[in-house]
Amino acid sequence: MKTFIEQLINGLSLGSIYALIALGYTMVYGIMKLINFAHGDIYMVGAFTGFFASTYLHLGFVPSLLLAMLVSLILGVTIERVAYRPLRDKSKISILITAIGVSLLLENGGIILLSPQVRTYPQIFKQHMYSFFNGIITISNQQIVIFVVSIIMMVGLQLIIYKTKIGKAMRAVSTDPDAAKLMGVNVDRTVSFTFAIGSALAAVAGVLVGIYYNSIDPLMGIMPGLKAFIAAVLGGIGIIPGAMVGGLLMGVIEALVSGYGSSLYRDGVSFAILIIILLIKPTGLFGKNVREKV
Amino acid sequence: MKQILKNRLLIFIGLFAIYGIIQILLSTNILNDYYEINIVLMGINIILAVSLNLINGFTGQFSLGHAGFMSIGAYTSAIITYKLGLSFPLALLVGGISAGIAGILIGIPSLRLKGDYLAITTLGFGEIIRVIFLNTEYVGGASGLSGIPKYTNWTWVFWMAVITVVLIRNFINSSYGRCCVAIREDETAAESMGINTTFYKTLAFTIGAFFAGIGGALYAHNFYIIQPETFNFMKSFDILTMVVLGGLGSITGSILSAIFLTFVYAVLQDYAALRMVIYSLLLIIVMLFRPEGLMGTREFSLKKLFKKGDESSEFTVN
Repeated sequence: MKTFIEQLINGLSLGSIYALIALGYTMVYGIMKLINFAHGDIYMVGAFTGFFASTYLHLGFVPSLLLAMLVSLILGVTIERVAYRPLRDKSKISILITAIGVSLLLENGGIILLSPQVRTYPQIFKQHMYSFFNGIITISNQQIVIFVVSIIMMVGLQLIIYKTKIGKAMRAVSTDPDAAKLMGVNVDRTVSFTFAIGSALAAVAGVLVGIYYNSIDPLMGIMPGLKAFIAAVLGGIGIIPGAMVGGLLMGVIEALVSGYGSSLYRDGVSFAILIIILLIKPTGLFGKNVREKV
Repeated sequence: MKQILKNRLLIFIGLFAIYGIIQILLSTNILNDYYEINIVLMGINIILAVSLNLINGFTGQFSLGHAGFMSIGAYTSAIITYKLGLSFPLALLVGGISAGIAGILIGIPSLRLKGDYLAITTLGFGEIIRVIFLNTEYVGGASGLSGIPKYTNWTWVFWMAVITVVLIRNFINSSYGRCCVAIREDETAAESMGINTTFYKTLAFTIGAFFAGIGGALYAHNFYIIQPETFNFMKSFDILTMVVLGGLGSITGSILSAIFLTFVYAVLQDYAALRMVIYSLLLIIVMLFRPEGLMGTREFSLKKLFKKGDESSEFTVN
């Protein structure tokens, strides 16, 4: 029971991070029907910015987080402008190949610029364990930070999407880009904004992972990126609450697999989930069926 | 008819000439072991690129799992020669067939999906295959199999590459191949013309997987050692770069870009990250400025080069 709860809490912390990355995937997919393969690498850039901000600039947690968000945001918007926008009305395959190219570029550019070595993240929060109910539930302060920050981000995102004008534009473009354009929505600006928000959330996830696992490297974005994508598909891609639930589920499943089975099978299980969900219910847990029209 | 026969004969003589010249250069040691390894690698990459082009370029089903099929061929063939001590041709055949069977098993469920979903599912299957090998003690787990006998040489690679290209080209020019191209152009239209799209997609996928398995078998018997890590999705991206650069839907394009990129690989062997930066920039630039790849769907032919005779009677799609 104790290990179960422990793994559950570990899973929820990891899951919140997946959920933050998955939100970026799902928003970009909702608006452009594109799997932004480079999203995991934007998360890596966010983690490194946070690392440099707190190690060399000696900034505190919140300023480093904000700086990481800003750098990733600029990167995300630039990538969209340079690599994706010119291809928006070309075939889907060419934009997918470009996304793979951007992802490889960021990973290997990162290796060249930052060296492939693993770096130790500074301990912004000294680890401290809290236990409740006679030690049945133990939770570290880092995990609390992860939960609090993720919840703030998700609530903030909901407010942006449902209470602001640009949020309305995002919803309009994701429902029907052509109709939205006819109604006077600036599609280019909305897409840029979506990339900005998604990238900023990925940066938050990057900084949180750095704090939680204490180590970062230029290839750290590959697996979490793929898993967050799986989380987005699991919840129903394009659906924001789906990405949150999918992310948490993925984190918990993964923690339980490594806790009770073998951690070597962890990646295999994640991909098995993806394949099962795509074969049984491709629209995801929260998705509705859409009929294909000719 | 006579013209075609004459062309075939010329191609055959040309192939023998290429084979003979390189064989002489290798056996007289003018080209040393370093060159031999890279020339063999070129041949293997041609097999991989052309077979992936059948799936991605001609049938339009975007697969990112080619390294997975390659690893099945590599491991099965290594088990046959190294563990069971049987002959190399048998190992090649069984390696290809087992990868082909995996292609059927993976293809039937995943080819119901389209575009980016299919891409990520095949990537997932490729990773699952890798995780399975990683956790199988019989084939050495994470440290892999080492001490595989070296059977792959220029002769094997060259003729296997020729067989692969000829068979895939003939497949594409057959009525089966035309169905595949029809599916690429418009799946809904193809289906309403009475084409059994699932069958043809799975067929192309299986043939592609079969040759990827052969490529993997040749690879395993060239490098003495295979590890699950060798066949991760980066390998699939490598092959994808060759196909995209050469042109989705051009066999000669794939051959030329496989040769070119293997050359780049050999030159930048010690700078893996730089090589991948170049690959990724190639992918992005090709997509932005020439999305159909260097050759598009056209084929390179000597006849067109010398402007002899009329337009090639070969089947091309525009």
